[in-house]
Amino acid sequence: MRQVAIYGKGGIGKSTTTQNTVAALAVAGKKIMVVGCDPKADSTRLLLHGLCQKTVMATLRDEGDDLELDDILKPGFMGVKCVESGGPEPGVGCAGRGIITSINLLESMGAYTPDLDYVFYDVLGDVVCGGFAMPIREGKAEEIYIVASGELMALYAANNIAKGIQKYADTGKVRLGGIICNSRKVDNEYALLKAFAEELGSQLIHFVPRDNLVQRAEINKKTVMDFEPESNQAQEYQKLANAIDTNTMFVKPKPMEQDRLEELMMQHGFLDAM
Amino acid sequence: MSMSEEMMGDMLEKYPEKVLKNRKKHITIVDTSQACQQIEANTRTIPGIITQRGCAYAGCKGVVVGPIKDMVHIVHGPVGCSYYAWGTRRNKARADENTPADKVVSTLCVTTDMQESDIVFGGEKKLARMIDEVVEAFHPRAISICATCPVGLIGDDIGAVAKAAQDRHGIQVLSFNCEGYKGVSQSAGHHIANNNLMEHVIGTGPDRDPNDRYVINILGEYNIGGDGWEMERILGDIGYKVNCVLTGDTSILEIKNLHQAHLNLVQCHRSINYIAEMMETKYGTPWLKVNFIGVEATKKTLREMALCFGDEALIQKTEEIIAREEARIMPVIEHYRKICQGKTAFAFVGGSRSHHYMHLLRDLGMEVVVAGYEFAHRDDYEGRQVIPSIKIDADSKNIPELHLTPDAEKFQEAHVHLNMSKEKFDELNKQVPLSYYEGMQPDMKDGEVMIDDCNHHELERMVRTLRPDLVFAGVRDKYFVQKLGVPGKQMHSYDYSGPYAGFNGAMNFARDITNAMTTPAWKLVTAPWEKQNQQ
Repeated sequence: MRQVAIYGKGGIGKSTTTQNTVAALAVAGKKIMVVGCDPKADSTRLLLHGLCQKTVMATLRDEGDDLELDDILKPGFMGVKCVESGGPEPGVGCAGRGIITSINLLESMGAYTPDLDYVFYDVLGDVVCGGFAMPIREGKAEEIYIVASGELMALYAANNIAKGIQKYADTGKVRLGGIICNSRKVDNEYALLKAFAEELGSQLIHFVPRDNLVQRAEINKKTVMDFEPESNQAQEYQKLANAIDTNTMFVKPKPMEQDRLEELMMQHGFLDAM
Repeated sequence: MSMSEEMMGDMLEKYPEKVLKNRKKHITIVDTSQACQQIEANTRTIPGIITQRGCAYAGCKGVVVGPIKDMVHIVHGPVGCSYYAWGTRRNKARADENTPADKVVSTLCVTTDMQESDIVFGGEKKLARMIDEVVEAFHPRAISICATCPVGLIGDDIGAVAKAAQDRHGIQVLSFNCEGYKGVSQSAGHHIANNNLMEHVIGTGPDRDPNDRYVINILGEYNIGGDGWEMERILGDIGYKVNCVLTGDTSILEIKNLHQAHLNLVQCHRSINYIAEMMETKYGTPWLKVNFIGVEATKKTLREMALCFGDEALIQKTEEIIAREEARIMPVIEHYRKICQGKTAFAFVGGSRSHHYMHLLRDLGMEVVVAGYEFAHRDDYEGRQVIPSIKIDADSKNIPELHLTPDAEKFQEAHVHLNMSKEKFDELNKQVPLSYYEGMQPDMKDGEVMIDDCNHHELERMVRTLRPDLVFAGVRDKYFVQKLGVPGKQMHSYDYSGPYAGFNGAMNFARDITNAMTTPAWKLVTAPWEKQNQQ
């Protein structure tokens, strides 16, 4: 079983990219579980054709300890098992603690069955506290992919996440598998992302072009694989899925200083554009 | 036997260099030939050291707020913080003319018992529900909410919950952000409690009959084992009106009226000095550091108080009462003194109490050879004159300071409070140290040790080397000291005895410590396997 965590700046398209990739892997016959680690609980919407109705934390609160796996683990597109950890509404409580609790609970309830080929964790934004690092702690996800684009803040966040990975990589088995570019059509985006990934000691595992089809599929609560399986964009996600499936490059990332990051931007991004 | 530099070297030798450098600053071997011996205090404990300190929550809820008898004190947090702070300090309380029996609710142990899902989803709703339940079940006059560590981490807005509950139920709900991790010790919690009481309670009650004379407050007296009651007995006999004891056996009604006193007495200088100082600024009320622990100390305190009011009749009555009490108790004290004479003690308690007990022990012919505090500041050791030179660090800046100005209506000059002319007041100031505390150091002799934030290792080494006859401490150190064959006295509960204050207290104390030191149990503490080792 490969456990994969997807990180990246808020709004970069982590959930969309994760679900489309998972859908492509599912089509290729893989058995997969997706664990949404975002209190908004929208990491499985496209796979389930609608928002998950029962998150782990809400079920735990409402039903107490008397909890069945079937209550929270729902089958989605092509039999992908979907679970959302859930958490508090914005501005209260501790979302990080919620993720820790729900992943521990999933483990103790035996959600990690040996027939699974993959477990994907879709994690909110930055690694802001210990809770959001839960999926990359010892014994959980050992492969991380960071979703980024050519915008400075996306790269800044990605670099920051790499710092978090580095910390856990020093003490455990977690490694960076690559950078996924979810294109924003920024100038020189491919070259910039490739240079960025290589500077981190990693690779640009796939460049996903921008296509409004993704948004149309989303409105229909579907992944592209599900909505228009013959489209070009569907093929892009299949390529990404294949690259992940056959990936052998797992590294301890070498995050950059802020100055170096900006230098890289100037070199590949703005300079050429000016 | 007193401590030598060499013994201290042996005690500290185990420490790494950095720790050694730090701890040395917290330990002073008293040398009276030196003008001022500085001691470091109120700074962070080095991680890894087994300190005896408490936390901000312990200082706020456990010490200052908890004893207020007509309030239900809700601890917002997991159950342990509440349960282990429940009634351990034996702050006695009883019904009186202001507070009928059904309004005495401080013996309750009330907590929101936060669970995993309360941490994740936030505990505000549960807290609001608990307040509603408490109001329905106990109809308290007021409620306090004390925050424990996780509340601060998840950001529950207990102030907003308190405000909403106050509007909903029409009773005062005070919220204290006294999360345990604030500050370096329980001292931070005292300060937080003082600020809140000053800001929201004190001065909100009606004014007193202007004809009342000799009206006093006793600040920093928590009525452990009934100490406050013994003080009130003596003061009442002399003719004082005790307006409020803060916070032993007190009610929120009395705290509201705190501003009505002519004179504030400060018993514990560390936990309530903030209120004494703030009241001096806001209302002009003068304060006097007192000590009712010990026969001689009580006599000195009573005489200084009488001088403060400058009334001949009061001075005479004071002497009468002192003579009456001494005639009654001194034969008993003499009896015990014969047994206690020449013995030594260590004292680690309170923010003034190690100092207070030096006096009572001297009455019994005993000497405190090692004294210290867990949470005191430099002024508690060296005297208030050092306050301007105390370095303000980030930890102390973290605790908010209230900056008050004189109250437009209620402020009066100190001499007006004491009903005397300005000239007479200036004269008084030369005789009696108003608004001043000299700290413990002036009462210590050469070779005696003053030690701040004493830890397990140091205490054990000192007990083994100096072999005191008695150790005053809290529950954390009591039992290991006893395992070393030395009686340990738990000074937060008085080991279920008391009172120890005033004249009756001196008798109780003399009896208790004599029993403790003379019990044959100490000859039996060596375990059989240790005896074999000795052979």
